Amino acid sequence: MPNFVMSYLGSTVTPGEAGNQFWALIYVLIIFTGVSVAVIAMNWIERKALAHFQVRLGPMRVGPHGLLQPFADALKLMLKEDIIPAAADQFVFWVAPLIGLLAAFTVYTVIPFGPSQAVSDMNIGILFMLGVSSLGVLGIVVAGWASNSHYPLIGALRSSAQMVSYEVAMGLAVVSAVLMTSMNEKGTGTLSMIGIVQAQQQQGVWFIFKFFPLGFIAFVIFSIAMIAETNRAPFDMAEAESELTAGYHTEYSGLRWSLFMLAEYAAMIAVSSIAVTLWLGGWMRPFANLLHAPAWDFIFSLFPGLTFGSLAAIAFVGVTRMPAHSFFKIQRIGLAVFAALLGFIALLLLAIAIVGRSADASLAARFNEGIDYVYWFVLKVAVFMYLFIWYRATWPRYRFDQLMRIGWKVLLPISLGVLVVTAIVGVIVS
Amino acid sequence: MSPRTNDSANLDLETREKPYLDSNELIINMGPQHPATHGVLRVILKLDGEKVLGTECVIGYLHRGVEKIAENRTYTMFNPYVDRMDYVAAVSNGLGYCEAVEKLMNVEAPARAKYIRVILTELNRIASHQLWLGTHALDIGAMTPLFYTFRDREEILKIFEKYCGARLTTHAFRIGGCQYETYAGFEKDVKNFLSFVAPKIDEYETLLTTNRIWLERTKNVGVISAADAIALGVTGPVLRASGVKWDLRKAQPYAAYSEFDFEIPIGTNGDTYDRYLVRMAEIRQSLRIIEQAVNGIPEGPIMAKVPKVIKPPVGEIYHSIEAPKGELGYFIVSDGSTQPYRLRVRPPSFVNLQALDVMVRGLLVADVVAVIGTLDIVLGEVDR
Amino acid sequence: MAEEVKSPAPPPPPEGEKKPAAEKPAAAAAPVAPAKPAAPAGPVPVPWTSPLVEKYRSQYGSGLDAQTYLGQNYLTVDRSLIPDILRLLRDEEQFDYCVDITAVHYPKREKQFDVLWILYSFPRNERVRVKTQIADGASIPSSVPIWPTANWLEREVYDMFGIKFDGHPDLKRILLPDGWKGHPLRKDYGILQQDQEWVQINLGIESGQ
Repeated sequence: MPNFVMSYLGSTVTPGEAGNQFWALIYVLIIFTGVSVAVIAMNWIERKALAHFQVRLGPMRVGPHGLLQPFADALKLMLKEDIIPAAADQFVFWVAPLIGLLAAFTVYTVIPFGPSQAVSDMNIGILFMLGVSSLGVLGIVVAGWASNSHYPLIGALRSSAQMVSYEVAMGLAVVSAVLMTSMNEKGTGTLSMIGIVQAQQQQGVWFIFKFFPLGFIAFVIFSIAMIAETNRAPFDMAEAESELTAGYHTEYSGLRWSLFMLAEYAAMIAVSSIAVTLWLGGWMRPFANLLHAPAWDFIFSLFPGLTFGSLAAIAFVGVTRMPAHSFFKIQRIGLAVFAALLGFIALLLLAIAIVGRSADASLAARFNEGIDYVYWFVLKVAVFMYLFIWYRATWPRYRFDQLMRIGWKVLLPISLGVLVVTAIVGVIVS
Repeated sequence: MSPRTNDSANLDLETREKPYLDSNELIINMGPQHPATHGVLRVILKLDGEKVLGTECVIGYLHRGVEKIAENRTYTMFNPYVDRMDYVAAVSNGLGYCEAVEKLMNVEAPARAKYIRVILTELNRIASHQLWLGTHALDIGAMTPLFYTFRDREEILKIFEKYCGARLTTHAFRIGGCQYETYAGFEKDVKNFLSFVAPKIDEYETLLTTNRIWLERTKNVGVISAADAIALGVTGPVLRASGVKWDLRKAQPYAAYSEFDFEIPIGTNGDTYDRYLVRMAEIRQSLRIIEQAVNGIPEGPIMAKVPKVIKPPVGEIYHSIEAPKGELGYFIVSDGSTQPYRLRVRPPSFVNLQALDVMVRGLLVADVVAVIGTLDIVLGEVDR
Repeated sequence: MAEEVKSPAPPPPPEGEKKPAAEKPAAAAAPVAPAKPAAPAGPVPVPWTSPLVEKYRSQYGSGLDAQTYLGQNYLTVDRSLIPDILRLLRDEEQFDYCVDITAVHYPKREKQFDVLWILYSFPRNERVRVKTQIADGASIPSSVPIWPTANWLEREVYDMFGIKFDGHPDLKRILLPDGWKGHPLRKDYGILQQDQEWVQINLGIESGQ
């Protein structure tokens, strides 16, 4: 058994491909925890960032700068009475949030955080991903129907129509990216998520810059469609609170409602991951083909540590800016501990970067490499998550018919055109 | 001219036509507890999918019987009650009431009192429009303007608080003038506010006026023609956005409005976007009026000679002012006693709300929310 | 902030006006304050003369009375002439905006109710009130066909006074619940009885009113 466990450590493929179920399970656990933590962090960041967009402070009471607010919310939601409306279809009502959650989390099995940092490398990865993520709509439709109430029903109908229409434009944009993977000597493309990133690596260009502006247009189409796909502002028709009170989850409360939220945020991260994988070079660091000397590798491998270091510094500044009153003593200590924790992580990461540099092919080097991959991937995804918040703070909501018009009359023709032009350009170039 | 009529009761399901695809119509109850109905408005919507086939407003959830209360209170005692009708523009309500009683008693407020009244009323108009803008934008899905407008409205409320001690239900005026002389630094505060808020108005406009989604959501939504608007008795910015250049401050000037130079902004299409532009322009005009008033405020008494017990002679009077929402009228019948024999309030929101059905028919559910927002109703005034 | 609201102190008592700022306490303390001798008399309505009035007086004769009070014109019209007059006012005299419809209850009169239309003309920038008297239980033609805005206004009059409007498309209560008893703005409507009854039925106790 230890041999079975240890044997994978030297491998350069995913546990799924290596047939190592133990490590696959470990990865699944890590991803599940990581995504849950990311959702919690996202929750806090969204509330704080949105608050600062809107000249207010956001959560400030639970923990220093409201850092513990998501935990307090989660606790509250879990303790809440579990209400199932009398007229609702009980089983379906019960199962709907689970469908959404399952669909959102299953997607993560194929998301490549690095060349071997994925649960599995499916050869139809992107297809699997699109397929499973669109199952999320089932949870919403079922929830709206099972609630046996008008607002959820309208929300569910809007949501399903919206997701189905945007899936088309989204899929065509994805196809044009997949087409780009075949621009090599052999002329063979790939649907594998890892393969797509590796194709960008080999061609020496992120697909967003490939055949400029074709890749860029496809990327923009995808990033519009993915907002609609995840029901976020300005396309949050399904849960437009000023029109449909809360849309499909009007009748939900407590834990079940929080599962919907979890699924929504997990789906946001998932679609952002697709965008990063397809157009932004996945786990690759910026300028990987321009600045490829080992010295540059080292400099870029310092970034994770430096990021945590600057976060720690911000937290320390926060400690000094806390009011000196004794009421804030605990909060000050809490924030200081948090800052120290961030600082410790920063030091750890810097140490790994330095140690991993000196000894090639050692475990530390491999670890260092892995951290780099995951760091750049997560950073790119984080930019998307920030954009999601930014959109929400800036724009009014589209009306349903306008949304459909954009989907069918604007995005679909453009993405179709981009696909055709990409194919033609690809043939001419090769 | 045969205006569209408000047959709001036609929600009966029996008479529905059967088109080539038979589908059931959906009756949806929007409110009274709904985030976008601005209080306790209940709208029963008949929908075909998302298309609105008809509406019926059910109001009265906030009915407090203000008109009946008036008959059992003296003129002085009733004065604070009017603040509770349109609670976001309480000063305007008070102005209308005080002027109506003054007219009935045939007294006139002194010039200084009139100027103070104009300054406070226009400040209140700005506050009301700011609150409208914030909530209207929130209804359409833009969260951020709400917080900006509330931040800036706070400055107005601070001035009110310093002047009369209350922020919302100000009870700022008395029959015959104003109870309070302005505090030391009032003029400075108002001038500071003017220079503070002017760039903020531009800030709201940068967020919305040319925002593509805002344009799509508001252009050609809730259109009401000038003829329809007049026939339905719609007043205020809603009427002006349809192209009728009519403002009581100009048409039948009251207080000191005839002494100021300002314009009546009007729209052309009568849609939600025009109403938005008209109100934004009105805020700027109000700033102009305040600036002129605060620079030219005369010295002198702030109360006219009125008896301690208000006892208007037998008679009746109708007096109306241009409240932020439209024509706010008071019809008072006096029997010579200390209490009004009959006091009727002509609430602008109530009459404007009647146009909802005409405006939303054939639009989508999302537009109903936009149109309710653009009508700028306050349920305290609709129900009284 | 409170210390800044020191305004009640400084207002200078202007020209003989004794205590303007202390009006309220004084009023509360001395309800028998000497009323001004001139005030109760007040102005009286004077006949209103204008081409409009002349035209209709010649047409309708004694059913129509025009007066002006404090500069506001009103027509007192016989109930039978109401539909004609209103329509003529809109069509011929351009009173295109019906500001308000309301009523006043005089329980001691034989014809208990005054029904009023407050009209405004955009082209003329002029207001006129049309008044008529009707008895309790009598109905009056609806003006919804003339001004659509009359719809809710008439519903409110019906709700508050119980006056029926013939030909109204949907005459039902508007502000009060459908099952409400009585019409509150009538002078003989007992507020206290209503309260006691409600408390007894719903709470099972005696009202403290």
